[in-house]
Amino acid sequence: MRDFPLFPDQASTFATQVDQLYFFLVALSLIFAGVLPFVILYLIVRYHRSQKVDRSNPVNSNLKLELTWTIIPLILVMLVFFWGAFLYVQIRTPPMRTLDVYVIGKQWMWHVQHPNGKRENNELHVPIGQPVKLIMTSQDVIHSFYIPAFRVKQDVLPGRYTVMWFQATKPGEYHLFCAEYCGTEHSLMIGRVVALPLADYERWLATPGPVILPDGSIDTGRPTVVASPGDPMAAAGAQLFTNLGCAGCHAMAGGGVGPSLKGLYGATEKLNDGSTVTADENYLRESILNPTAKIVAGYAPVMPSYQGQISEDQLNQLIAYIKSLADTGN
Amino acid sequence: MATLSLPQSSYIRDNSRTFTEWLKSWLLTVDHKRIAILYLLSINFFFLLGGLAATLVRVELITPQGDLMSSDVYNRAFTLHGVIMVFFFLIPSIPAVLGNFLVPLMIGARDLAFPRLNLLSWYLYMIGGLFALIAAVFGGVDTGWTFYTPFSSTYSNSNVVMTITGAFIMGFSSILTGLNFIVTIHKMRAPGLTWFRLPLFIWANYATSIIQILATPVLGIALLLVVVERLWGVGIYDPALGGDPLLFQHLFWFYSHPAVYIMILPAMGVISELISTFSRKRIFGYEFIAFSSIAIAILGFLVWGHHMFVSSQSVYAGLIFSFITMLVAIPSAIKVFNWTATLYKGSISYRTPMLYALGFIGLFVIGGLTGIFLGVTAVDLHVTDTYFVVAHFHYVMVGGTIMAYLGGIHFWWPKMTGRMYNETWGSIAALIIFVGFNMTFFPQFILGYLGMPRRYHVYPPEFQVLHVMSTAGASILAIGFIVPLIYLGISLRKGRIAGDNPWGATGLEWKTSSPPPTYNFDKTPIVTEEAYAYPPEAAERDAASWRPGSPL
Repeated sequence: MRDFPLFPDQASTFATQVDQLYFFLVALSLIFAGVLPFVILYLIVRYHRSQKVDRSNPVNSNLKLELTWTIIPLILVMLVFFWGAFLYVQIRTPPMRTLDVYVIGKQWMWHVQHPNGKRENNELHVPIGQPVKLIMTSQDVIHSFYIPAFRVKQDVLPGRYTVMWFQATKPGEYHLFCAEYCGTEHSLMIGRVVALPLADYERWLATPGPVILPDGSIDTGRPTVVASPGDPMAAAGAQLFTNLGCAGCHAMAGGGVGPSLKGLYGATEKLNDGSTVTADENYLRESILNPTAKIVAGYAPVMPSYQGQISEDQLNQLIAYIKSLADTGN
Repeated sequence: MATLSLPQSSYIRDNSRTFTEWLKSWLLTVDHKRIAILYLLSINFFFLLGGLAATLVRVELITPQGDLMSSDVYNRAFTLHGVIMVFFFLIPSIPAVLGNFLVPLMIGARDLAFPRLNLLSWYLYMIGGLFALIAAVFGGVDTGWTFYTPFSSTYSNSNVVMTITGAFIMGFSSILTGLNFIVTIHKMRAPGLTWFRLPLFIWANYATSIIQILATPVLGIALLLVVVERLWGVGIYDPALGGDPLLFQHLFWFYSHPAVYIMILPAMGVISELISTFSRKRIFGYEFIAFSSIAIAILGFLVWGHHMFVSSQSVYAGLIFSFITMLVAIPSAIKVFNWTATLYKGSISYRTPMLYALGFIGLFVIGGLTGIFLGVTAVDLHVTDTYFVVAHFHYVMVGGTIMAYLGGIHFWWPKMTGRMYNETWGSIAALIIFVGFNMTFFPQFILGYLGMPRRYHVYPPEFQVLHVMSTAGASILAIGFIVPLIYLGISLRKGRIAGDNPWGATGLEWKTSSPPPTYNFDKTPIVTEEAYAYPPEAAERDAASWRPGSPL
């Protein structure tokens, strides 16, 4: 039956939960779609005009009946709504400690970078038993990152980050699809997700490989990933942070022209218009590309925009670096 | 009681002597019935065109490789199918053809309130269609009928502007028809025809018209802004220009979800007429069916976000949209239960329109229930943008709207043409369509849950068996659509003369001759009873008069 499956693999913690709800819905549907046609069939045969049956005193309305078939379906749909809602909130809320992987979608390929700097195209290696968070953006149009076996899907938008998380449960290779129509080769924007036991995953991570850049070219100039990675994505970000001159204003010790970025990620920032904002990836992104949009209280809107000067790839590295500054506090 | 010849004068006949005069008398007509016929011809033309594009898509999908056409051609084929079927067939189908013909007849009026506006609607429809056709001929468009930005506004290299112009112009046709219906239903009902004596088809078209007037302008604006961004680079949707790509989806679905109800509400109105007539009984729960149409129209405006659960819309917004979506299920369920209850103690005949009505209920139940799957946020994450969605909306659109459209065409065919179609062929075609439809679309639910994304030109080989089944079903479905064209065409010359009321139905449209005279009624009818006023013993009498050999 391998060549003619009727039901998808269950390979994440969500898969079984979503399927339970799905089967409940199927069962409910069978009560209606399975019984109602037989009721109709019975009625159209029994009351066919050729049948001599009692047709006296036909009824045209009955409030009790109307209320019954209003209230019972209402209760049932509310039940599935709340069941689905709790599961949805869980699927959309990543846990605190996750393995962060950066994904860039572009016409028509997926580019993935792991925190240690390892890159891959149209493939995603993940460990099983560990929550993995994908931080995704697009270089052009809207794409959608879809792993059917994990029952997760999230649109990937240009100009912002979207986040998706899952925890794989079963080693294996699974389909990766782009689910949002994105142009000519939409149906070729596919790949595979490889779920590995943790030890294998770590071995894979440490295996040197070519550095594939988001444009698909292979950068031979840079060193390949070394056997014991420090945190090369953050390290690359730190390098950029210096090269772009960010450190001139954002002094780590504080007291610079710009606020210190130490411990920033995940913190709540007070803005000069009195509102507050949580410093997540989208806030960091906006503050780099469009710095005057949200000004931290007590600072002047003097930072220049880096729109167009750094690639999505570099932006990810900068953000990985800023996030690593928060980790040191813990 | 069958008359032997068609009435001496009717809306179809005129005293033009030359072909040009005759052509003018049709193209410049302000008679709602003639305009309905113009719509019937043009809409069916577009239906065949959309069907042709669907054929290309289904044939390509027989194999997992892209061997019949390139991906660019494939993308243009499914976009053409979507654009034509949604904007130029489904949305105008029942209101513009059956609504145009029947609204004045059913309420005892001479015509719609604004006959010239009505003709203008048809011309706008044709001009819009012309733009869409020109766009298709000169290279096509590859954005999908949804025109998602920034793909449509910046990246696509196809005739986006031309197609959008077509949809934009067609939108005005839709608005004007809605406006015309609302004014007509408010102001031109025959004396005694109170709101609660109106046929449910009128209620359904009234609810539809409200949606057409309120939602279509939003689509117009959304599409116009795509053109503005595309032509002049004004940043509205593309983040590279400072725009917001999600804004388009909000605006688009604010129209396009209610648009689904533009398609299904009139269909529900038709079904109410058919079930009542062929059960020889007043419809069960008249008020509940009428108000459920209004409830669907109102709630339909508040659920657009359920198309966007994975778009990065906030979790809380998603939950609210999901909640309201669940509520839409209730009025839909109420209608289905009331139709079923109407059958009880009726005298049921299996005439072709009734077969379509029963088929409608079966398919609509499946379409509606799978709509709940999609409305439940957690399940939608998995199945949205897969074949599950494709199957679901075809069950509602094709299984719903087209079944009702065909049922309505058969039911009112004797009124429109004065002649009967061949009942045997009618039943056969209805059966073929029902079977072919289920074979085409049921496998797609399974495909969708397996994870097969929609709009895929090539696909993993394990999905092939289900795709082949679907294509096989589609070829049966295609036969089912062609057969009626033939026997309906033949009936125009050879059909038995129908007489004023071949079905023994209630309703003012059956009180005038078939086909009706230009001004519908000799004198304005006065209404003294409710709709579907079958006397309590009507069903009993009908059954008692049945003899072996009478029509089933």
